[in-house]
Amino acid sequence: MDKVGIARGLFYYYYGDIWKKFFDELNVEYEISPRTNRQIMDMGLKKANDEMCLSLKTYLGHICYLKDRCTYLLVPRICNYNSSNQTCTNFWAIYDIVNNLFDKKVLTYNIDLDKKETLKKGLFRIGTTLGKSKLDIKKAYIKAMKHYYDNRKKLIDDNYKRLNSKKIKILIVSHPYNTYDDMIGGNIVKYLKSNDIEVIFSDRFDTFKNSGVKLSKDLYFKYSKESLGGIVKSYDKIDGIIFVSSFPCAPDSLVNELVIRKIKKPCINIIIDESEAFTALETRLESFIDMIRRNAYV
Amino acid sequence: MYNVSFPRMGDYDVPAKFLLTHVLNVNVISPPKITERTVELGTKYSPEFICTPFKYTLGTMIECLNKGAEILIQQGGGCRYGYYSELQEKILKDLNYEFKMVNLVTEGKLRIKRINRCFKKINPKYSKIKAIYYTFITIKMIKYMDKIDEYIRENIGFEIKQGSFENIKEEMLIKFGKVRSYHELKVLYRNYLNRIRKVKIYKPDDRLKVGIIGELYTVMEPYSNYFLEKELAKNGIEIKRFTNVDYLFFKKGKRMRKYLKKNKYVKYSMGADAADNVANTEYLCTHGYDGIIHIKSSFCTPEIGAMSLINKVADKYGKPVLFFTFDTQSSTAGIKTRLEAFYDMLEMRRKI
Repeated sequence: MDKVGIARGLFYYYYGDIWKKFFDELNVEYEISPRTNRQIMDMGLKKANDEMCLSLKTYLGHICYLKDRCTYLLVPRICNYNSSNQTCTNFWAIYDIVNNLFDKKVLTYNIDLDKKETLKKGLFRIGTTLGKSKLDIKKAYIKAMKHYYDNRKKLIDDNYKRLNSKKIKILIVSHPYNTYDDMIGGNIVKYLKSNDIEVIFSDRFDTFKNSGVKLSKDLYFKYSKESLGGIVKSYDKIDGIIFVSSFPCAPDSLVNELVIRKIKKPCINIIIDESEAFTALETRLESFIDMIRRNAYV
Repeated sequence: MYNVSFPRMGDYDVPAKFLLTHVLNVNVISPPKITERTVELGTKYSPEFICTPFKYTLGTMIECLNKGAEILIQQGGGCRYGYYSELQEKILKDLNYEFKMVNLVTEGKLRIKRINRCFKKINPKYSKIKAIYYTFITIKMIKYMDKIDEYIRENIGFEIKQGSFENIKEEMLIKFGKVRSYHELKVLYRNYLNRIRKVKIYKPDDRLKVGIIGELYTVMEPYSNYFLEKELAKNGIEIKRFTNVDYLFFKKGKRMRKYLKKNKYVKYSMGADAADNVANTEYLCTHGYDGIIHIKSSFCTPEIGAMSLINKVADKYGKPVLFFTFDTQSSTAGIKTRLEAFYDMLEMRRKI
């Protein structure tokens, strides 16, 4: 039987819910790679080009893990949600990179609203390649989308609830594939939580289109725009901001610099590369937290 | 009348200056040539892991502002280049410069409406008919410049009297800047083309041929690739390069649409020039070139994605590829060594 491999990296943190439900409804077997560990990362580092960003390297590591375990790999390509909502160019190229580096069948869909390529069309195409009938696919698609929106709403509500707590609140501004990945942002979140701090995530806000426009007028990266929207929405209630980015992240290098120059809250810019040592980072985080605590007392 | 300036790329400041003076009726301060000082200034105020064109353009902008520019014009590209201007404006404003920033292209798309709006900001009364006429001349000028450049690139390694091509070209650029009508431009072009064809060259039949591909800014601005083309020419190598402004604006789109349909390697556009470079690699491999040099600025995301594909294509045809990543350090010794080794390797391959 056909088995679809889903890599736990990049897109998974945006669309994972949709995919899981969609394949469940269609009775397709799938395997999700485990949470990132040293082994997976090492495989990625070997396969990837030296200068690729850390998130992309880990993604390739996940693909390495999956390549012998399933018949198909699911690698979408996400280009834009109209021309003022583009994504990083790595997202444009990822399909071609995987297709050329690995000798494996790749299931793909393309989101490119400028050329009228949507998620719906893409999922329908995937369904037909797997040999399912149109009616089944339609039902699965509707259920998957509903499931996704319900889940998303829960996350957002939870985030807002935490925003009203009386503890010290720190906003983490980052892409979800960095924040929730164990080898990239996971340690930071864990450390903050163990120090009795309420962590708020910038990607879990109901930010539509233009809430980030206060901070940057010309920005056209969709995911960065959403992060900025998160900053604007929570700005009055938080005590500090932590920017987390993986080593040479293209949009973050510009956007974070601009935002740091514009905001007046205490903030720290953390850039993570493939070294495993957490001690240096711990020192920085500790002093940052101490500073915020002192600010709160004064 | 405002003082207007813009960051520099190659020799294209001549047509840009021509267009702006005639259409907007402003005083254009031509951007100074890039030097070590420019790069130093740019690096000092840039964020940490930004791609190198940001540093170059920021450095040039600071130098222009010191010269008295009041309006800065920034262009955009298909990657994060389009977003440079907002951060650069903020950085320069934090340095207490007073100026207006105009960004002609964002979101990787050239829109006439936006350019119109930008021009109106600079000069509310500019004439559109004049603008169309002078844009036409500018486009022609760029085409002529690129054609002459291409001829020079193929032959500069074999000139008998050193520097004869460059002298003619410099003279031509000065004359082009003073052109008044299309007719005059055409006559000038023919004139210089004849002169350049008459320059004596000696081309051996077994010469090495190398193609240069890569990220557009680094390819077109000779300082940022440490005069790589000159270095190659000194060794008597014929150079083929696709990227120039004429190619990017008028030929690339059509060519890419054709290529994406029928090739095996790339299915979608990979951002900026990445997919284009894969196409170029295949072209160079199948048209009898000895080697390929791929150059890019550090942290150029689209090209990093393309590198693994270029490797694969070149492997299939058995052609060597040399990858260069340029940052802001100023020593050229390392580059020379690597180039020499590459050159020797190509010659050895020939003999076998």
